[in-house]
Amino acid sequence: MYVAVKGGEAAILATHDLLAEARRGDNAVPELSTDQIREQLGLAVARVMNEGSLYDPRLAALALKQAQGDAIEAAFLIRAWRTTLARFGSSLPLDTAQMAIRRRVSATYKDLPGGQVLGPTYDYTHRLLDFSLAADASEIPCRPPSSEPLAGSMPRVPDILGREGLMESEVPPADDGRPFDLTRDPVSFPAGRDVRLQSLARGDEGFLLGLAYSVQRGFGGNHPFAGEIRMGEVAVEIVPDELGFAIDIGDITVTECQMVNQFTGSADQPPQFTRGYGLVFGHAERKAMSMSIVDRALKGSELGEAARYPAQQEEFVLYHADNVEAAGFVEHLKLPHYVDFQGELELIRKLRRELEEQRAGRSSTPHVEKKEGAE
Amino acid sequence: MTGQIPSGDAMPTVNYAYLDEQTKRMIRRALLKAVAVPGYQVPFGSREMPLARGWGTGGIQVTASIIGPDDKLKVIDQGSDDTTNAVSIRRFFARVANVETTEATGEATIIQTRHRVPEHPLTAGQILVYQVPQPEPLRKLEPSELETRKMHAWAEYGLMHVRLYEDIARFGHVATTYSYPVLVNGRHVMSPSPIPKFDNPKMGQSPALQLFGAGREKRIYAIPPWTEVKSLDFEDRPFEVQRWDEPCALCGAADSYLDEVIIDDAGGHMFVCSDSHYCEERRKAGHAGAMLATSTGGKLAASNGGDR
Repeated sequence: MYVAVKGGEAAILATHDLLAEARRGDNAVPELSTDQIREQLGLAVARVMNEGSLYDPRLAALALKQAQGDAIEAAFLIRAWRTTLARFGSSLPLDTAQMAIRRRVSATYKDLPGGQVLGPTYDYTHRLLDFSLAADASEIPCRPPSSEPLAGSMPRVPDILGREGLMESEVPPADDGRPFDLTRDPVSFPAGRDVRLQSLARGDEGFLLGLAYSVQRGFGGNHPFAGEIRMGEVAVEIVPDELGFAIDIGDITVTECQMVNQFTGSADQPPQFTRGYGLVFGHAERKAMSMSIVDRALKGSELGEAARYPAQQEEFVLYHADNVEAAGFVEHLKLPHYVDFQGELELIRKLRRELEEQRAGRSSTPHVEKKEGAE
Repeated sequence: MTGQIPSGDAMPTVNYAYLDEQTKRMIRRALLKAVAVPGYQVPFGSREMPLARGWGTGGIQVTASIIGPDDKLKVIDQGSDDTTNAVSIRRFFARVANVETTEATGEATIIQTRHRVPEHPLTAGQILVYQVPQPEPLRKLEPSELETRKMHAWAEYGLMHVRLYEDIARFGHVATTYSYPVLVNGRHVMSPSPIPKFDNPKMGQSPALQLFGAGREKRIYAIPPWTEVKSLDFEDRPFEVQRWDEPCALCGAADSYLDEVIIDDAGGHMFVCSDSHYCEERRKAGHAGAMLATSTGGKLAASNGGDR
């Protein structure tokens, strides 16, 4: 009845209580602590930090708890928090060559200076459910450190190729000022590489994975080689105006992926390899790899390649990669649309009435179809 | 790398009306530009808000940038003050801007709206803030932003007229009932946001200032008071608004936009004003529609107009 049309403030407040109840689950089961989430669901925490665009494992863990483990909802919470924070400066570019490596693999060289460092990974596990994890509390003994320390120098694979001139060089432009900040300024097209990389770094992992996959399957021309994937801790440095020199403000965990792609050369450039770049917070290899493949696909316009496929089309990728925006707009269809729907009802009844009148009268009938969705 | 987590369930300590003053200043600059070039979409650094994209973040940012403690805020969705999202946004501003809220159209200094223009005529000094999902009226014709910006720059609107013509050729009518495109100040084709075309005529020569915020798409545009707003049409096919065969079942209004409400399992329906405040005022003034004459109708009206 008509009363049902009215939302009612009390009903809305009741949903908050029901949500809190659903979030807590069975009260007989001990409550999850955010420390547990941070320590034991680290990959989920990394995803929320990436898509929420904020490096803070503690807050990401809180967001995951509040969102009942929904990564997109958690990223949304982080973004809404992040938007209120003051910007006090930009860091210097991270020097990932100086990373404290925990994992580093290359698919282009069997061996290379520094060697392959396998680190913590699911890659070589068999995906069999481990029922021992379902049993209560087990303490994992710490592996004794390797008798041989890691090499002091771990050059990045594209740098090795670059020394021979085989890899496109990526030198910052002379007037390289502050990078564009897409959370502060509206993006216009064509967008710069800084905008693209920012957008991809916060983009939805699933969306980028699908796009990267499409490139590999033929909806895009690149054949990527995983030149290198490395994960570990890097120092963040800033230069405060008051000091005029760089100070280290702490370490963050990042995953970096550099894809090596063939490029046959153009009128201006000799044949050489081109690079796709991915850099993300925490341990997030799938995301870093997807990002680097899509980055390379979007570079096509600068290399004179035709943009035939979705992954190569900048507006398509950048507008649709943001899952917080996408989720908001898709889910806004839950909001009432009865005013517009009434307009559609009225129109479709009118068109049907006219069609019937025409049928009753003369023979010829226009073909009635409907278009346009809700907004 | 953040500040401390606020204790309890309190809002984090945020600035008045949520946005920081720098952001408000940036948005006000965009608003001034929008007012100076009516109907032109001004890109702005849309912030991420604690409400979802597509749920009014553009309108919320505009309102947050212009609101002050002396304002009286009305928020409507589908014409009603009591729809879920209107309640949510009103609560948001009551919380972060400590502002007085109202349901009376005539009393409000700022009215934030989704999908409707109030029936009660607006007056000078009032500001109507529209929530806009898709600011680009040409988007359905041309998906690329790079292209549509050029089309606006060159006032190249032929494609839109062709679309309207094709509708008439195929259906006998322009098959657009909401988001019906308008030409503002004789220059820019503009999306009125998904208001029903019924409301389009209220936009032109309005004494009130009309501001449009599209948060997800990061655009702001405006119609200053007393600006010409023309719904696109053809000389031999003039623009028309929706009409209903019956008046509002509760207040008897024959001049308002009506929502259809299903009242039984057999699909029986009644029509009621979409603008709930307008309907209430009319009933208070003694107008009664067909449903109020019956006993069930009386009960309905009582529960509808009950305590708030």
